[in-house]
Amino acid sequence: MQPGNAMPGQSHPPRGAHDLGGLPAGPLQRDATHEPEWWEKRIDALLTLLGDAQRRLIRTDELRRAIESLGEDVYTTHTYYERWTLAIATLLLEKGVLSSEELDARVERIRRGTPTADR
Amino acid sequence: MRELLIEKQVITAEEVRAAVETLDSRTAAGGAKVVAHAWCDPEYRQRLLNDGPAACRELGIDIGPTRLIVVENTQAVHNVIVCTLCSCYPRMLLGLPPDWYKAREYRSRVVREPRSVLREFGTELPDNVAVRVHDSTADMRYLVLPLRPAGSENLGENRLAELVTRDCMIGVTRPVMLP
Repeated sequence: MQPGNAMPGQSHPPRGAHDLGGLPAGPLQRDATHEPEWWEKRIDALLTLLGDAQRRLIRTDELRRAIESLGEDVYTTHTYYERWTLAIATLLLEKGVLSSEELDARVERIRRGTPTADR
Repeated sequence: MRELLIEKQVITAEEVRAAVETLDSRTAAGGAKVVAHAWCDPEYRQRLLNDGPAACRELGIDIGPTRLIVVENTQAVHNVIVCTLCSCYPRMLLGLPPDWYKAREYRSRVVREPRSVLREFGTELPDNVAVRVHDSTADMRYLVLPLRPAGSENLGENRLAELVTRDCMIGVTRPVMLP
């Protein structure tokens, strides 16, 4: 690097949508708080299982990378556990645990309300 | 997704149910127990500050593979924790994080203007108290060891634990004596 060139940090890539530290924002929305819903706990539990010593399919850092790669639009328009869900699905597809055809077909079936074996 | 993983025998429905139950069983009571014990036992307090996970294990709480650093509030220093990048949180000790901890407003602002964020929680710190904000990561979690409130000298450990709330272990409030 040329001496006296460029301020430190000038060559940093642009911030990701997840990188919020120090940005301006409004007052805290403490009243908007909610108890985790059943499906949110289930997603959380699913991640724990997928990352446990028995399976080792998804690590915390992989989840973070997947969440951070969702892109700003998805990141800002989805709730916390919706982002987790998308990220876990992405990783399971990447790793070939699930295929997109299987996933699409199942989502479609659930949308149409066809009963499945285990609810 | 869950259904497919069950059909493919990656997980079982029973495992998911049990994992949700474990999740529900983790509350801030675990952290409160650790804090109250540290208030009563100076040697334990020192062990907790030196090696958080080992000290938690002494009380039967397994932190898992993540690192844990316990930061102690004093008359001169007040600590606050955040995860600006996501929502990393000492969930083994505090349960699931509240929504505001995961929200944009807290994550953005607490590193830049912690005093005004604390004010929104009703916590007014004197100017001579320094505020330290600790930004967590996926592998590194923090827990605040709050100051034992004045007037609590005669309380036993269980009563003390009742004073220790989730928010004071995040560092946005301070424990107070119950009326």
